[in-house]
Amino acid sequence: MVNLRQLAKKEERLGPGHRMCPGCPQTMIVRLVTKATDSPVVVANATGCLEVSTTIYPFSAWRVPWIHNAFENSAATISGVEAAYKALKKKGKIDKDVKFLVFAGDGGTYDIGLQSLSGALERGHNFVYVCLDNEGYMNTGIQRSSATPFGAWTNTSQVGSILKGKQEFKKDLTSVVASHHIPYVAQASPSNVQDLFKKAKKAFETEGPAFINVLAPCVPGWKYPSEQSMEIARLAVDSCFWPLYEIENGKYTLNYDPGEKKIPIIKWLEKQKRFRHLLKPENQHIVEKLQQHVDAMWENIKRLSEN
Amino acid sequence: MVKKVLKALTGAECVAEAMRQINPDVVAAYPITPQTPIMHAFSQFVADGKVDTEFVTVESEHSAMSATVGASAAGSRAMTATSSNGLALMWEVVHIAASTRLPIVMNVVNRALSGPINIHCDHSDSMGCRDAGWIQLYSETGEEAYHNTIMAVRIAEHPDVLLPVMVCQDGFITSHSVETSEILDDETVKNFIGEHNGHHPLLKTENPVTVGPLDLFDYYFEHKRQQLDAMERAKPIIQSIFDEFGAIVGRKIEFFEPYMLDDAEEAVICLSSSCGTLRHVVDELRKQGRKVGLLKVRVFRPFDQNKLAEMIRHIPVVGVMDRSASFGAFGGPVFMEVRNAIADESQKPLTVNYIYGLGGREFTVEQAKQVFDELRQVRESGNPGIKVRTLGVRE
Repeated sequence: MVNLRQLAKKEERLGPGHRMCPGCPQTMIVRLVTKATDSPVVVANATGCLEVSTTIYPFSAWRVPWIHNAFENSAATISGVEAAYKALKKKGKIDKDVKFLVFAGDGGTYDIGLQSLSGALERGHNFVYVCLDNEGYMNTGIQRSSATPFGAWTNTSQVGSILKGKQEFKKDLTSVVASHHIPYVAQASPSNVQDLFKKAKKAFETEGPAFINVLAPCVPGWKYPSEQSMEIARLAVDSCFWPLYEIENGKYTLNYDPGEKKIPIIKWLEKQKRFRHLLKPENQHIVEKLQQHVDAMWENIKRLSEN
Repeated sequence: MVKKVLKALTGAECVAEAMRQINPDVVAAYPITPQTPIMHAFSQFVADGKVDTEFVTVESEHSAMSATVGASAAGSRAMTATSSNGLALMWEVVHIAASTRLPIVMNVVNRALSGPINIHCDHSDSMGCRDAGWIQLYSETGEEAYHNTIMAVRIAEHPDVLLPVMVCQDGFITSHSVETSEILDDETVKNFIGEHNGHHPLLKTENPVTVGPLDLFDYYFEHKRQQLDAMERAKPIIQSIFDEFGAIVGRKIEFFEPYMLDDAEEAVICLSSSCGTLRHVVDELRKQGRKVGLLKVRVFRPFDQNKLAEMIRHIPVVGVMDRSASFGAFGGPVFMEVRNAIADESQKPLTVNYIYGLGGREFTVEQAKQVFDELRQVRESGNPGIKVRTLGVRE
């Protein structure tokens, strides 16, 4: 168990003064993850909310070396930084142990950055990649991504007389990453702080690529009151929409099973106005379809974790 | 003591040899014809332990440039190479590399851009990113590509420059042709390029820097102004590095290299391998008593318009060769620069543009002669006629 009181006293690597939305869980995730190692860290950040809100020139909220290159190439960028580190270490120009960390959103990971991520994973660079999954292109004004859930309203998956939000299920990116057979893959949530911190620590201690997919509820994009981010994240976990699990060298472990307390998906949906059309009686078949999908995915993770 | 040996090498092998001697910290690359032989040779150097380089074999050119940016920002010496569509795929990051002021050296083996797909030489790839903020050096031969690559490291890393450099050679014509090239000893190259420790590197973790922040209307323009200034500042620095290296290799290296220009009545401006064909024709025509000359453009970015104007203002007629088209514009990229450079001169040549050699269309001795004959007609008639012409194309 990590002592949160002690953790709070640890030096912050993302300082105050940034311009993230009130209630956004991303900064909390970033602060927690960056405290999970005592080594120096170099951060590569994909274009997105975190990047634009923390580094508005001439200001920067970062207290560690940080690089933003473009939207789709944060994994390739960190590959270059890590390769430089190896080269300079070999030449004796650097002797300390440095960690390499990526923060990217679901747009920069599930969609436009998937190729870059896949390449970096296959090449086996020693880095930690944290996807801050807020289930859409929130920085550009709430458009659907392949991480947007089935039935969700966005500005490019509108609710109308014929179509009722997004027509496709969310991409199972964690499984896509797991298929690269890298040493460490995990799914985490800011609602489960101990679990998230432990996973970040394991990721940093991993030799080779490590990936953590963290659900990051979005106040303006999911449309809920700003004080409810943690509750919304917890409901995603308790409904088993977002299972907490990890894959260490191929071995699946389910980190949290709500068991009897597993709640129906509607309990998560009803808190967010992006799903408000799903509360109408005529749209119940959409909720049912989503519930079936969530249950099937959950059973699959449970089955994988039993072996 | 400088040692030189003559070797039979292709243009690609010349560049690989330069890269071996430079021994960069990081090379990130992705295959594309006709660049691939550079990376084949370099991969062998890696496999044989002849370089200390971290060789990152990425999954696309976009990632090649992205990883090179990361490696350079980290404080290492980083290089890559590409051609054509590979450069096009890098495009976004090519601009980021320059505006982040990273001293990256990239070899571009010039190849026509798609579509339609074509693997042979023209300059549409590198000319297309002439406004990206990179210094561009063009090479007539493999040996020149070798020289340019070595000098590019010094130019890029100069603290008053800090701009990436593109070293271009003609796809297949130069990259795959074996010629005799004079190669320097390793120690001379190592001493010439010196050590590199980066500028505000990411890996200096005790002094954390933020690289690539959001830069809005209140500062972006000032940063662009600094880039404009750096290009201007680079001009004398490039020439001084040319002079220093020229003394080692025993050659005069200049932005614009004149051949028989002093008394020329007709001259042609050209870059890269076609200069060899043109020089041969100049020699032939000179034997017939024709006063013809050639001006080779070695540095296209930054373009030294004053120097060019000085060198050609006395010539009655100048033909400008462009191995790429600028669709909808008044002539090709080289023509536009040349016209712009002489616009304010009181005495200036009549100019004619030749778009030639697209997609690897052969540039022949006959075509070169045709150009000089047409330029003579222009001089004699005093009328340039059609100012933008195509050469060697079926009508």
